[in-house]
Amino acid sequence: MRPRDSHDFRAGGLRSASPAAVPAPGRHFATRPGYREESEQRILGGCGLMGVCDQSGGRMSGELALRSMASMHDRGNGLGGGFAGYGIYPELPQLFCFHLLYNDDAAKEDTEFYLKKHFRVVMDEPIPTKPIRGIENEPILWRYFLDIAEDRLQETQLSAEDYVVHAVMDINTYVDGAFVASSGKNMGAFKGVGFPEEIGEFYRIDEYRGWTWTGHGRFPTNTPGWWGGAHPFTLLDYSIVHNGEISSYGINERYLEMFGYKCSLQTDTEVVTYLFDLMLRRHGLPVEIACKALASPFWKDIDLMPEEQRKLLTALRMIYGSALLNGPFAVVLGMSDGMVALNDRIKLRPLVAARDGNIVYVASEESAIREICPHPEESWMPPAGEPVVARVSEKGRQKAIRQAGQSAGQRRAARQAAASGVA
Amino acid sequence: MALTTFIPSEFRVVIDKDACLQCGRCVRQCGWNVYGWDEDERRPVPDHSKCSACHRCVTYCPGGAISIKKNELAFKQSDSMSPDLIKAIWKQAETGGVQLTGMGNDKPYLRIFDHLLLDACQVTNPSIDPLREPMEMRTFLGRKPDLVEVAADSEGGGLRLVTELDRQLQLETPIMFGGMSYGSVSLNVHRSIAMAAEELGTFMNTGEGGLHADLEPYQDHIIVQCASGRFGVDSSYLQAGAAVEIKIGQGAKPGIGGHLPGEKIDYEVSVTRMIPQGTDALSPAPHHDIYSIEDLRQLIYALKEATGYKPISVKIACVHNVAAIASGVVRAGADIIYLDGFRGGTGASPTIIRDHVGIPLEIAVATVDQRLRDEAIRNRASIVAAGGIRSSADVAKAIALGADACAIGTAALVALGCHVCQKCHTGSCSWGICTQRPELTRRLDPEWGASQVVNLVNAWTHELAEVLGALGVNAIESLRGSRERLRGLGLDKMTLDILGIKPAGL
Repeated sequence: MRPRDSHDFRAGGLRSASPAAVPAPGRHFATRPGYREESEQRILGGCGLMGVCDQSGGRMSGELALRSMASMHDRGNGLGGGFAGYGIYPELPQLFCFHLLYNDDAAKEDTEFYLKKHFRVVMDEPIPTKPIRGIENEPILWRYFLDIAEDRLQETQLSAEDYVVHAVMDINTYVDGAFVASSGKNMGAFKGVGFPEEIGEFYRIDEYRGWTWTGHGRFPTNTPGWWGGAHPFTLLDYSIVHNGEISSYGINERYLEMFGYKCSLQTDTEVVTYLFDLMLRRHGLPVEIACKALASPFWKDIDLMPEEQRKLLTALRMIYGSALLNGPFAVVLGMSDGMVALNDRIKLRPLVAARDGNIVYVASEESAIREICPHPEESWMPPAGEPVVARVSEKGRQKAIRQAGQSAGQRRAARQAAASGVA
Repeated sequence: MALTTFIPSEFRVVIDKDACLQCGRCVRQCGWNVYGWDEDERRPVPDHSKCSACHRCVTYCPGGAISIKKNELAFKQSDSMSPDLIKAIWKQAETGGVQLTGMGNDKPYLRIFDHLLLDACQVTNPSIDPLREPMEMRTFLGRKPDLVEVAADSEGGGLRLVTELDRQLQLETPIMFGGMSYGSVSLNVHRSIAMAAEELGTFMNTGEGGLHADLEPYQDHIIVQCASGRFGVDSSYLQAGAAVEIKIGQGAKPGIGGHLPGEKIDYEVSVTRMIPQGTDALSPAPHHDIYSIEDLRQLIYALKEATGYKPISVKIACVHNVAAIASGVVRAGADIIYLDGFRGGTGASPTIIRDHVGIPLEIAVATVDQRLRDEAIRNRASIVAAGGIRSSADVAKAIALGADACAIGTAALVALGCHVCQKCHTGSCSWGICTQRPELTRRLDPEWGASQVVNLVNAWTHELAEVLGALGVNAIESLRGSRERLRGLGLDKMTLDILGIKPAGL
């Protein structure tokens, strides 16, 4: 580990990508990273996961994801559960929504100082919750809808997305006791310590509607439990739920460091999120191609492919060899425009898929799909390394946002009213 | 040997008279002329002082009558002035010369490889059985672009590759052969290794002595070296190789050139090196056209132009500032950086340089890999780790520290019969390896030699597969640079930090 001190803080984060970067706030920031509260060691474990995506943009209640995860109760051990929903903030679809977990008021104060310095905070409010037996020691949960002033981008020479990435890395790395649970547009992650169905109820996810939902129940083997350590792991619009262990974590992490990502959450799921961000957003690769790099076919198969395909896959392996995710995993990637489920290259973890009309389902167990869709038109076991891709059309998403926008005022009022009781 | 010498012999040749068949084979086998022949008694009579403990006579004695013992003369105990040092002083007092030696540094410096431990999977992630599942070792050496670009295929609906790649060396195992010149080693050694490289799908390296015409059939598996003496270098030589290596330095003798005595320059060597027969082949300490990094860049691009942009490797010895040097070399355009550690072997080196100059390979690989990552140029060049690779475990650990591939020299010679007696510089190698005396070189059958080397590398590759399987990964790229899978045992904190690894227990 490299030493971290206040000098590093100034050198890192929003400054690291560009010499003309943002001057970092000069006060309050702790020398110790606040998120590493579980352990210095990597968190290992098994898990259950699910994903559902309506490709027509129809918005489904989060209750669906909650019920599906509840059926896989035994795949977790109550030390972590979470959900990601897409299309859940149609009132403010153009703003970055940060979900924050705070240990204490000081962390909140420091983070808000940072956010106000680097963003325009259009709205902020507590994330609505309700008391659930079994959920305790919850952090302070707050969400911020953020805009970036154009001159900040010009000053830093960063795209809006890169700007947000640096801000997330800054807060997670340098603000003691603060953790960004999600940072995308029109999406959010809801996660914590507990069984997934408890977490879902706690966050009242049945009150949100989205066109894509992913869910996760965690079975960590060596952790006292930490809210930030639950899945999904997110960056911008990307969210990952993950079952398995990335045995190649060591090199994946070092590869990502070359591109300015700081993998310091001590969980291998983090690298999956960042690798997708790198390959899809920054390198502009189609998701099917990115999956062929992350869970690449074997040379014995590549060698037999037609020339164009062989050249492409050979180049992918040569150039993205350090991004290869090796070891057992099933992941579901949530994106603004859909969902991708992927198994490792020899399918060492379970993953089942199903389709019914426009809706695509994936889960660790078929029962979790049948729980919410008893009779899908088709269901299958995706082969090793073959991604299941569900895409929500741009038209469908816009339609959903328009429809939702009509009742946005009432919904926001209702949420604020509910939240005031919790805060 | 002068009668006045103070130096006692290092070994004692002990012949069991009951077992001796009196056949005289030991007399004929010994390249060092240890054995005289007592015509009256019809028995071999050893001159102990000439023995190098190369075991040629032991191996070939039909009666199993010979054993070589250390000449355990008692000296007054001193931790400061050891018998070796006393003998060295006598030797230099008698001759006034620089001490010469062969092979690699034999001093008891910390062997970092032996303080590194690999990980394995238990419960939370499964190990993979290499006997049942594919284990991929294929490795590409050369410059890689930052990213892949694809475009829709005009014909089909598929995607095609837009990115143009620089030429690469494709290795089917991450083990290749280090440069050992023809002249220092025999042509049969070159033949053996060239054949083995072809069969293994890897590469041999000519060293600085040129490429003998007999090796042309194997040129797709040969890296040709361009060293400061430019021996054997012309345009056809450069174009013959799969890649060209600029040798700046060698782990066994950083900062100094080479010296091949005229006695070893026979007709074949002289033709291959393009120098007169019987003259000493002296390669200068620096390249006389490289006095700075800009000069290196010019040579790199000159060689690229001369070869149609084949990969250019730059071989440097691991010295104190190796990370900064490597960064400069990569920025100068090298496609491969070959790091030669301070335990690397040599045909001849001043003992003081071999034993006291340079730094360990492990440290160099770790710092170079990290520096190139810090500068975000790691993809611009591949790292080859060499100089002290003794086993597949060393290969696995070097790759985990950040090397793309390893190169072996001494280990390959040991496969051919070398007993690491460190007398390479004498040119009398009884095993026919490090000599040009025809009665000795013919002892090495290239076909047999190739099979020995192939077996060795295949065995190591199988062992690497076992390591990958235990780590729960099935491709070598998932081990490369994966320092999280290494732990240090008995290393101090500073060394651990430099290596970028945690101590066992964390």
